[in-house]
Amino acid sequence: MQTGRKILGVSALALMAGNAWAEGELNALVWCDHTDPELIAPFEAKHNVKVNLREYEGTGAALALLEQSRPGDWDVLVVDGIDVFRAVEAGVLAPLPEGAVSTADYFPEVVMVENNTVDGVTYAVTEKFGYNTISYNSAKVDPADMESLSTVWSEKYDGRISIYDYYLPVMGLAAIAEGIATDAIGAGDLAKIDGVLSTMRSRAASVAGVVAAQTALATGEVDIVVGGGEWLTAVLASEQPELTWTIPKEGAVRWAQSIGVVEGASNPDLAVEFIKYITSPEGQARLATSSCFWGMPANAKAGDVLTDAQKDILRWDQQPDYLALTQLYPAPDADLDIEMQDLWLETLQQ
Amino acid sequence: MSKDQVRGWGFVTPALLWTIAFFIVPFVVMGAMSLASLEGRTLVWDLSLANYAELLEKKYLWRAILVSLEITLTVTVISVVLAYPLAWIIAFRVSPRWQRLALLLAILPFWTSYVVRSYAWLLVLAREGVVNETLMWIGAIAEPITLANTRFATVTGFVHFFVMLLTLTIYANLIQLSPNYRRAAMDLGANAFQTFRHVILPLTLPGIVTGAFLTFVLCIGDYVTPQILGGNTELTVPQVIMVQLGRRADFPLASALAIVLMSIVALAYLLSARWLRLDRL
Repeated sequence: MQTGRKILGVSALALMAGNAWAEGELNALVWCDHTDPELIAPFEAKHNVKVNLREYEGTGAALALLEQSRPGDWDVLVVDGIDVFRAVEAGVLAPLPEGAVSTADYFPEVVMVENNTVDGVTYAVTEKFGYNTISYNSAKVDPADMESLSTVWSEKYDGRISIYDYYLPVMGLAAIAEGIATDAIGAGDLAKIDGVLSTMRSRAASVAGVVAAQTALATGEVDIVVGGGEWLTAVLASEQPELTWTIPKEGAVRWAQSIGVVEGASNPDLAVEFIKYITSPEGQARLATSSCFWGMPANAKAGDVLTDAQKDILRWDQQPDYLALTQLYPAPDADLDIEMQDLWLETLQQ
Repeated sequence: MSKDQVRGWGFVTPALLWTIAFFIVPFVVMGAMSLASLEGRTLVWDLSLANYAELLEKKYLWRAILVSLEITLTVTVISVVLAYPLAWIIAFRVSPRWQRLALLLAILPFWTSYVVRSYAWLLVLAREGVVNETLMWIGAIAEPITLANTRFATVTGFVHFFVMLLTLTIYANLIQLSPNYRRAAMDLGANAFQTFRHVILPLTLPGIVTGAFLTFVLCIGDYVTPQILGGNTELTVPQVIMVQLGRRADFPLASALAIVLMSIVALAYLLSARWLRLDRL
């Protein structure tokens, strides 16, 4: 009997300890831009909590991780804007409390209700956006050539191009070059896209991820990155101002990342507070200029916090034109997604 | 059960449980997963061979297997050819006083991070890197040539690493050879080449094959080096597996690819089993 009481007592202590641990910590599954201490430290100090961050690559990997975790392991998820519905479908995102996060000050084009809402219920909010377009070395290529997609991957730049290693934005750019809207891409368009990809691939020296593409551009290995943008060159701006980016006349692809509360979170209230902080002007300014990669804040009020130099690098004043000229990532359904990925891998193996 | 048997089981059980928990069970799960399929985004346990059929149908998948094999065999052959003379020099031409230092220098590349070392090679082989600059300076080339982001770069990165591994396994074999073998061969009239060809080489074959097998296994399953140095100009099996997992979360197809990879390694083991002496490492 006494042993039983002891076990109960120890169990109760363990449970209390568990709660205390849970209350003092927030666990977030994020992209690398959230791991900048300049972004996280102010929130931790204000709420006297520890934010545990884990980076991931690819929505598939994030969903697999969440599905294999116990309920309550994760509180916050940062996810590709076009994949919010996938996360909802998989049951890993909880509805956001009504009115908890205001998007009144957002750039209207990036509120993206249709992406962040499923059946009228809001599951996430946009937090950052940018462009998959053309990054280049202005000292090595003719900037005028970068203003049209047809001249970017022309013979003139044979072997001087790197392609960003993510099929959705690059295939989006190929579609735009062919006059196909990214939201209208269907299986019947893949032959045309394949033609553009093959040309692009034949001119390219490499197909590179974020770090490899940055390294290739910075070391002179290539002079152009197809699919690049402010997220690629902004962190290099002070050291190599000749590395820049543009949006060609045909347009480019717009990326957006969203943030939401994980279903069954241990600290849902704290998770909402975190999202409020990230979407506040201060949080947005810090997220926009994260040491991992820069990007435009979704909240236009962040402009009051960012310095003029930072806004110059982000091309703050050109945003109305850029937003009008760009289209969101293609968001294929599961079947088309497989076809697009197969086409991409065939292109890489050419 | 005798006392000795109980004691014997006591020693073996932890390793056995470890192997069951961390090799047998995951392997069975992976095998079962390779027979499932993905319908839309739902996992279906239909126990079919559809994923294996897909490997034959999709050109990029079987090409990945071919690319992996080509790179691995190239790396293994080059590493053996470079490592053998190095091991020979350390074993027989370096005085015992300096052998330890020579071995230390041989394993020095293992001390740096694998990822950092790969990125370092990327910079060395870049158009404005040391190799191109040197070739241009001596007048061998007029314009920088493309070395980074190619199969050449991948093979170079691998060889740099595996030459050291093979040097150690071959050296361990060479150092165990009694000098009497050489003396006996010479006494019987064999010249240096004949002694090497008919006596030393056959006796050091276990060290070569052991190192070559380890090189094969580590090289064919590596993701980092081809990803960083190859520039995605062609894809190996581990890279294709990562693509299946990263975006699509297609665990069934990724498992089938992993099983194929394991089968290739098992085949390599069977082919080299006669000479393998892993206990000599």
